[in-house]
Amino acid sequence: MGEFDTICAIASAMTNSGIGIIRVSGDDAIEKVDNIFQGKNKLSDMDSHTVSYGHIVFKDKIIDEVMVLVLRAPRTYTRENTIEIDCHGGIIVMQQILKAVIAQGVRPADPGEFTKRAFLNGRIDLSQAESVMDIIDSKSALSLENSKNQLFGLLSKKIKSLRESIIYEIAFIESALDDPEHISLDGYEDRLLEKVKIIENDLKKMIDSADNGSMVRDGIKTSIIGKPNAGKSSLLNLLSKKDRAIVTDIAGTTRDTLEEQIMLRGISLIIMDTAGIRETEDVVEAIGVKKAIDTIDDSDLILYVVDSSTKLDENDKHIIEKIKDSNVIVLLNKSDLNSLVTEEEISDMVNGPVITFSAKNGDGLDILEDKIDEMFFSGILSDDHEIYITNARHLNALTNAYNSMANVKYSIEMSMPEDFLSIDLMEAYTQLGYIIGESIDDDLMDEIFSKFCTGK
Amino acid sequence: MSVVEETYDVIVVGAGHAGCEAALASARLGLQTIIFTVSMDSVAMMPCNPNIGGSSKGHLVREIDALGGEMGVNIDKTFIQSKMLNKSKGPAVHSLRAQADKAAYSMEMRRTLQNTDNLTLRQAEVSEIIVEDGKITGAKTFSGATYHAKAVVLCTGTYLKARCLYGDVIEHTGPNGLKAANYLTDSLKENGIEIYRFKTGTPARIDGDTIDYSKMEEQFGDERVVPFSFTTNPEDVQIDQVSCFLTYTNEKTHEIIRANLDRSPMYSGVIEGTGPRYCPSIEDKVVKFADKDRHQLFVEPEGLNTNEMYIGGMSSSLPEDVQYEMYRTVPGLENARIVRNAYAIEYDCINANQLYPTLEFKKIKGLFSGGQFNGSSGYEEAACQGLIAGVNAALEILGREQIVLDRSQSYIGVLIDDLVTKENHEPYRMMTSRAEYRLLLRQDNADMRLTPIGHEIGLISDERYNWVVTKKKLIEEEIDRVKHVNVGARAEVQELLKSYNSIPLDHGVTMADLIRRPELDYDKLAPIDTDRPDLHYEVRQQVNIEIKYEGYITRQQKQVNDFKKIESKKIPDEIDYDDVPSLRIEARQKLKALRPLNIGQASRISGVSPADISVLLVYLETFNRK
Repeated sequence: MGEFDTICAIASAMTNSGIGIIRVSGDDAIEKVDNIFQGKNKLSDMDSHTVSYGHIVFKDKIIDEVMVLVLRAPRTYTRENTIEIDCHGGIIVMQQILKAVIAQGVRPADPGEFTKRAFLNGRIDLSQAESVMDIIDSKSALSLENSKNQLFGLLSKKIKSLRESIIYEIAFIESALDDPEHISLDGYEDRLLEKVKIIENDLKKMIDSADNGSMVRDGIKTSIIGKPNAGKSSLLNLLSKKDRAIVTDIAGTTRDTLEEQIMLRGISLIIMDTAGIRETEDVVEAIGVKKAIDTIDDSDLILYVVDSSTKLDENDKHIIEKIKDSNVIVLLNKSDLNSLVTEEEISDMVNGPVITFSAKNGDGLDILEDKIDEMFFSGILSDDHEIYITNARHLNALTNAYNSMANVKYSIEMSMPEDFLSIDLMEAYTQLGYIIGESIDDDLMDEIFSKFCTGK
Repeated sequence: MSVVEETYDVIVVGAGHAGCEAALASARLGLQTIIFTVSMDSVAMMPCNPNIGGSSKGHLVREIDALGGEMGVNIDKTFIQSKMLNKSKGPAVHSLRAQADKAAYSMEMRRTLQNTDNLTLRQAEVSEIIVEDGKITGAKTFSGATYHAKAVVLCTGTYLKARCLYGDVIEHTGPNGLKAANYLTDSLKENGIEIYRFKTGTPARIDGDTIDYSKMEEQFGDERVVPFSFTTNPEDVQIDQVSCFLTYTNEKTHEIIRANLDRSPMYSGVIEGTGPRYCPSIEDKVVKFADKDRHQLFVEPEGLNTNEMYIGGMSSSLPEDVQYEMYRTVPGLENARIVRNAYAIEYDCINANQLYPTLEFKKIKGLFSGGQFNGSSGYEEAACQGLIAGVNAALEILGREQIVLDRSQSYIGVLIDDLVTKENHEPYRMMTSRAEYRLLLRQDNADMRLTPIGHEIGLISDERYNWVVTKKKLIEEEIDRVKHVNVGARAEVQELLKSYNSIPLDHGVTMADLIRRPELDYDKLAPIDTDRPDLHYEVRQQVNIEIKYEGYITRQQKQVNDFKKIESKKIPDEIDYDDVPSLRIEARQKLKALRPLNIGQASRISGVSPADISVLLVYLETFNRK
């Protein structure tokens, strides 16, 4: 953590309307942004407090048409060189620009960091110091809140399991280095290479999903609800079986998997309580409905499956009452049978589209995907500002970890001795630790002593 | 009644590996120094394993030597076998380990102490420290004598309230049956020092004449021995070496151990102290790693004038009869006769969080401590702390700035920082994995890292210092040269590459590019490097390493630069953590208790979060502006 390296963040609200602002601050802020800016003049040649028109171009692709404000130290908020990129807004665009900036070696800012710098650089007077600390304080409280969030829990579980497999390898190498006469590394590099490839691949998947905007929250928490036998598990199976969809068991154990991640057109859905969905198909109606209702409050999106071959009853009314303020897509299932429920009948009662659907033969699936897509890109299913910032940092950490694993692979290919491998493995481990807020401390020692018999 | 009363500058309590380094450093810096030992026969004694060095410990010895300490010189004079460990691994983890002739090692160190000016060696048990107004003024011995001093360095090792145990036998002695020191602990407690109780253990020594070596694998020393000390002429250490032997435990051994676990004081709950996880007793190994059907044992000679063999890997606190039974299950030990029993030892030590990184007590000015007393383990760990404690005691008296080595400079810095900053619940052993910048902290460049500091302190001669400066310059020039020497696809070049199975050139490259190839190195390319100057081996070695691993070294150097940034942010002495708003309670308590010297140290305290550090930085800025 350099104290005065160059940092960046999205400075405007994360909405899809109006103008988005990405702010970059630090000694080489101007040079860094120059790398991805194409306009009439180079930003480095511009006077302070001037605006340049141009494009942000990254990896030979134009990301957006922008106005860039060049502010030179010390007449800036942070008293450092500062760049503000005004773009056309939109979550995806802002995120892509931020990613392009990060790719220049700029670090995503910590919560409250611009203000902190403003203070440390003497921009804010002493009386404001306390409020600065309040900001830092409240932001860290917020990230704590984040960690309680169930979605973050999913990401965190994944990161933890990756870290576990990394630290095991480090501990093995290290115990062999510390105790070469007891533990041999012969033939180890081949085994490690296999592991590294798996981890690298996992990281790559997570990073790629960030490219189409879904990584932002690791997925949209989605509940499939409905009465028993409405066709919930058929829907789940349909979504899971689609060859375009990637399904992963999130909890990592097969038996009691509670959530599944499904990618639809690059948008990640976390289907909650999948075990429950299958289970409630067989239980008495009241219990099934109660289980469904329990998950509503936790969800970003509700897929409400209605058996259109039977009339709406008290239980349906009960569910509809509960979901009327949520983001809902209603699926009138069993369209292949005689329909006793009409779109009109139900669309007055809920806040969301109603789709005629058949989980059995897949009719209406395309429309469902269109609707989810639409809701996501219109911002109805987006995230708020704070969580977004956190996630930009997650992406940065994931990318760093990925690069470290690539270094490990390269070192193995170059036949570097094993102690060089553990340097980059450790770096990956540390980077992933930033995501879940864990430092290294004594992890390694504990792992060495508990897994490997070493010592005189 | 008149009592003995004498005055010195520095008192060193204990003449083990820490005490000897402390006393020598202090006396060599010109201070009148007295060193106490409970027995004149235990100066620099090695009560456990008969070797110096080993992975990462070898680094410590090289660093001690680079700073002007004695351990490296002493082992070079008295070793009987030597090996460079991890030679097939990267240069950062190459580590020297030498088997010592224990008696000779001890005798040689004693001779050095005796021959050092300003140094007095005295057998007596120190029973009390004298503190006035938060400042040390001297110490008293059990015999009633008073010694006045400006500084005291505690290096009591494993002797404080020591007891040795095996089975249901408890002996109230220090190691090897030597007298324990039973009074000093109380005096320390009265002065507000927090005491921990740790344990460790050692295997049996077996009569070498009763061992059948034909059933074991012989382990030889290196053909070409590398000395520990930068001052030792490499030719002087090419001696006839003795062998060690490798053998294994088996299921039979493990059965006996399992059947008798209830008779081990470790498992019956008699032992209160916390033992080290990295050198588990054979009981621990059998219990914790139940799936392993055998464990390696190293049978090592204790010296040239004794028949005793050390059974490395089989420390124990099982009863005498079980010891006989279990050792005799090992191939080659069927008829073994035990000379000394294996035992566990418990002793008082301190929570080293009470120390500044200078190894001075925060509460008592002029009181320093080093070695196993600080909660570490191992001869090398002890010696390097003794050196730093002794140097700083002397520098304080001389009114000079004390030295703190940081984590990016040395293993010694890592070790001391860990001890004084982190929570430590077991005897601390150095390990290469604890050094986050180990690529830069190699045993081969210890002199370049630390000899200038040793010179500054006053423990290194001008001549030695000048060689390091010259060496540095030669290395830089040669690195620059090989980066600019172009190599074309000449016939002799292709020939040489072919002889090392290296891909022939299809275009020109630099000499540095070729050095980087895994199958090549600096020396191998000499025949095609016609303008190469004639350089000392040490220079060639550094050029090779710096070029070969340049990418990694540069990355690590960058990490070090970041580390230095926060390490250089000092926290003023007078800071009151109760005045810092928004600190979390746990962080506030830890910071108050530890009083870190800088933001870097603060950030390594467990329980202090990055948000706390942010808060602290903002507060410090406020504080500095006032």
